[in-house]
Parts: sequence; C-alpha cells; structure tokens
Amino acid sequence: MTIIEACDLRKEFPVRVKVGRWRRVRRTVRAVDGVDLRVARGETLGYIGANGAGKSTTLKMLTGVLAPSGGTVRVCGLRPVPDRTRLARRIGVVFGQRSQLWWDLPLRDSFDLLRHIYRVPSAEHAARLRRCRDLLDLDAFADTPVRQLSLGQRMRGELTAALLHGPEVLFLDEPTIGLDVVSRQAVRSFLGELSRTGDTTLVLTTHDLADIERLCRRLVVVDHGRVAHDGSIADLHARYGSRRLVVADLDSAPAEPPVLTGATLHRVEADGHRLVYACGAASAAQVVGALAGLVPLRDISIVEPDIEEVVARLYRSPAGEPCTAASAGAGLTGAPSPGPRTSPE
Amino acid sequence: MDSVTATAAPSARPNVILLIRTFAAIVGSGFRRYSTYRQATVAGVVTNTVFGILRCYVLLAVAGEAGTAAGYDRAQLVTFVWAGQGLLAVVLLWRWTELADRIRTGEIVADLLRPVHPVTSYLAADLGRAGYAGLARMVPPLLVGPLLFEVHLPARWSTVAFFGCSVVLAVVVSFGCRYLVNATAYWLGDARGPLLLWTLCSAVLAGLAFPLRFLPEWLYVPLWLLTPFPSLLQAPLDVLVERDPPAIQAGLVGVQLCWAVLLLAGCRWVQRRAERRLVVHGG
Repeated sequence: MTIIEACDLRKEFPVRVKVGRWRRVRRTVRAVDGVDLRVARGETLGYIGANGAGKSTTLKMLTGVLAPSGGTVRVCGLRPVPDRTRLARRIGVVFGQRSQLWWDLPLRDSFDLLRHIYRVPSAEHAARLRRCRDLLDLDAFADTPVRQLSLGQRMRGELTAALLHGPEVLFLDEPTIGLDVVSRQAVRSFLGELSRTGDTTLVLTTHDLADIERLCRRLVVVDHGRVAHDGSIADLHARYGSRRLVVADLDSAPAEPPVLTGATLHRVEADGHRLVYACGAASAAQVVGALAGLVPLRDISIVEPDIEEVVARLYRSPAGEPCTAASAGAGLTGAPSPGPRTSPE
Repeated sequence: MDSVTATAAPSARPNVILLIRTFAAIVGSGFRRYSTYRQATVAGVVTNTVFGILRCYVLLAVAGEAGTAAGYDRAQLVTFVWAGQGLLAVVLLWRWTELADRIRTGEIVADLLRPVHPVTSYLAADLGRAGYAGLARMVPPLLVGPLLFEVHLPARWSTVAFFGCSVVLAVVVSFGCRYLVNATAYWLGDARGPLLLWTLCSAVLAGLAFPLRFLPEWLYVPLWLLTPFPSLLQAPLDVLVERDPPAIQAGLVGVQLCWAVLLLAGCRWVQRRAERRLVVHGG
C-alpha cells in the first residue's frame, strides 16, 4: 500500500540577481524538477543528494511546509499543504539542524506538552515514552533543560518527540549530522529497530552514506532536482559499474602484470608489488585462484564496492547527464545508464 | 518497539474541550518557560522600581502645586506610574523577537509541523508568559509604590473587573502587534528595522513615556481609535485610576476588544499569506 505518492513534483523559487550597479533581474531557480516517488507503507527509504540537489525541499513539500510549484503529492492519503494540520498528527519529522523541542524546558516537560498538542491518550503516551526511554537511554537527562543538552542527547530527545504521537511516516533530515560515534550508533540502532518492525515508514535524507547502507534497502538519489537513481544499493553499484576489488600484495614485482579473464587491472602500486584487480565476470575467488598460479602472493584482500565513490561520481556528473564509470575515469567498466527510474515496485 | 509506532485513535471527546486543554497546556508551558529565568526577573523588578521612582517624581512635578494634570490628581498619577511599571513586563512591548528569529534561522519549520495553528500556539505561550510576569514582575512595583507615595485605590468594584479584562486584552493586542512586526521577517528575512520602528512607536504612543491625555484632544482621540498603541498601556491604566466614569471605562475596554479581534485576524491572514511564499533556507 502506497503511503507517499508524488508525481511530477516541482518547486521553483524566484531569485533576484544583481546585474550591474543598480539593476536586479528576476530569475527562477528550479529546486525540484519533476520528482516522481512512490513509497510503500513500512518501507525505509534513503533520499540522498549533493548540497542544493533538492532533497530537503522535497521533504518540506512532502510534509506540507512548502507549497509545490507543480505536480501532485499525497502523504497518508492527504494533500500536505491544504491538510497540513491533519497530516501533522500522522507524520513525525526530525531535523538534524533544527529543534522541535522547547529550549527553556526540560525534555520531560517538552514530551508532556507534545502529548497535549497531539492529543495522545495518557496510556499510549506513557507506553511509547517508556520504550523510547529504554532504547535511547533518556532517563539520565530527562530533567535537563534542552538548552543544556549535548547534541547527541538532544537528538535522542528529538527522535522521541517525533515518535510520541505514533506517526505513520517519520521524515528524518540528516539526523546524525554532527554526532559523535557513540551517539550516531545509538541513533542508527534505534532507527534500525524502528525499521525492522515495519510499522513506521522512514524517509531518511543524509550525507552520511553509512546511515543509508545500514538502514535503507531502497535508495533514491536526487541530482539537480531530478531523480537520478531509484532502487537498491546493489542496483546502484550494478548500474554504475562498481565492482569488488581484489588487492594482491606480491613478494616480487612481475615484469608485466598478468592479464586475467573476467577481471581488469585497476591499478598498480608499490613499484609493482601491489596489483589491484576489479572483478568483472569472474568472482573474487576465481581472480585470487588465477593470481595464485601466476604471481608470488604474499597477501590478499578483497575490497567491497564503495558507495561513497559511486555517489560522488553521480553528484559530479553534469545535470541531465547520467554518470558512467568511464566518465569517472576510475578504470572500472562502464555500464550503460538506463536513465532515471521513477517508479519502484 | 511494537507499540511505539501505533497511531493514536481519534478521541470521542468534544473538540472544544480538547482544544481548550491543548491551549491551557501551551499556556502552562509559556509560564514554565519564562519562570526559569529568575535572575533576569529580579533584575527586571529592580530596574522597573528605580525607573518608577524617577517617573513618579517627573509626573508629580508636572502636576505641580495645582495637584492635577490632564484630569489626573496626584494619587492617580502615582498609580498610573506604578501600575504602568508593573504592566510593562506583562504587556511586553519590547524584546520579543522569538518569531522573527525562528523565521530567520528556519526553526519556524518545527512550528508549522505541529497540529496547532502557529498564531494560536504563540498566543497561548504569550499568555503563559504574561501570567508569570503578572506574578513576578507586576506585583513588586505595586507593593513598592504605595510604600513611597500616596496612591489611588479603586473606589468601584466594577473597576477591578474592567481592569482585569483590560490587562488581558492589552496582552492580546500587544501580542498581535508583536506577531505582525516579527512576521515581516517572512518577507524581509530580518525584522530588525520593523522592530526598531515598533519600539519607538510603542514607547511614545502607548502611554509609557507620559499619559496620552496630556496630548490635545484632536490628537489623542484619533490616536486612540485608529491605532492600537493606546490599547497597550494607556487603556488599562486609565481604567485602573478611574479617571473616567464606568461607561467610558467600558468603552475603553470595548476599543481594546475591537483591536484584539482585528489584530488576531490580521495575524492569521498574514501567516496564511506568509506560508504561501515561505522559503526555508539551508536544508
């Protein structure tokens, strides 16, 4: 069942640009340029893009904060802008860089106030709060005013505040930004737990791709306001030719690096003492087996495809041009891009 | 985690009662928020008291040997000053930039994502703030004034009721004005200019610097009817010192009521317009 449905979603901002000393020219900037998106109930979606790609603008349109310039959007069956107040009861939003808590109040008072604002029955509120307290370890700072909390503590408070009214969809805009390793792990594990239950649909925007890898089965990449990729992380690697690397450390450098069937030589390092092969048709085991018979191996390691590299290549590609492995010059075999996929299963 | 995400069932209780409960909870939160700044409260009380003494001597000097000025006798002028010093923090003419700051920083998004209209939410919090200021900032000057000067005490019971209504309406009028001035940040990005203008106008035209009855009638009557400024301080203070008969007192409160309704409607209209062109910067 679809809980978020956006069709040809657009957002344009008028911008006045200074021309010469006195004149200003009005220009239109397209922040979101025809995004199509369908998210099923209970799904966990990673929504990523470079700075200014339009991901936060999309999120604000989905939550009813910004009115779209064009297209249609439905969240929980409601139109976000006209039905914003009704929608607010059914969604939760966490902004990593903004707070929904009251600066002067302790967390406990903020939570109590939210119970009244969202009109949550006491028993339900108490049950949800108890679980969040257990999972996020809130008790140590529940009576501390929000202004005195560390960023990690505040973010745990933000997550709780967003969930106390039992939202059907939770939008998370960079929830781990600025957090230390321990707090980031706590937030990730909490979101992972939430994702596993499948009761809440999670839409996560972040620049931390480790969040995406650990939490999201589906990834949407926006680039210059358009969907550049919509599918799993494995799809992304397959589409952009990311392959596992076999790193072979040798006792002595061969005169010529051996040519392998089903794998390509990615790079040569350490004066020929280290050869790096990218797996193609051949598996990593086959590459290792072949190398063992051809060169004096000292050590072998296998490097998984790096999502950051693929995404960085996507971000760097010019607007409207799908990125290929060849264009990145990384030595990997380029796969033809099928173009933006806009409707998932 | 199973029940953490359960959706709240719609309640069978009447909406009005739930609305009042929500409103009351936000009022309570406003009270608690401002009551955390106790040192600032003490500093404010001391400042108001010192300035109360200065203003009192200035106005008594204006009354001179005749003992009256613009229809106020000496005791009424003293009450006007001390009640005004107390009301200053309750009505809160200045220093409220919360909305403008939240618009500038983008924090306003959190307000828009709550199932309560921002004007309602900010009004409730402001009433809570005013409640705290009424206890912590208004009572001390009202106690200090009579110790140092001869004051006028209300002679009619109706005055107490009129004064109570007038103070609440003054808070609402002040909130409406401040909200509108802050909301200019939706268009300007930074509301410092409008806030400065508001500070200047409210200081002079609300009756803080001097009672507006000191002005000629051709000036203060249009000022009273066509601008909200006299409804901020002058109206409740005139009601309290019983300068006018009960019918005029009721008229003053009526004018305040009109301004309160007009300004709240204006706030909602401006908020609606602002949301249409809202740009939240910075992700």
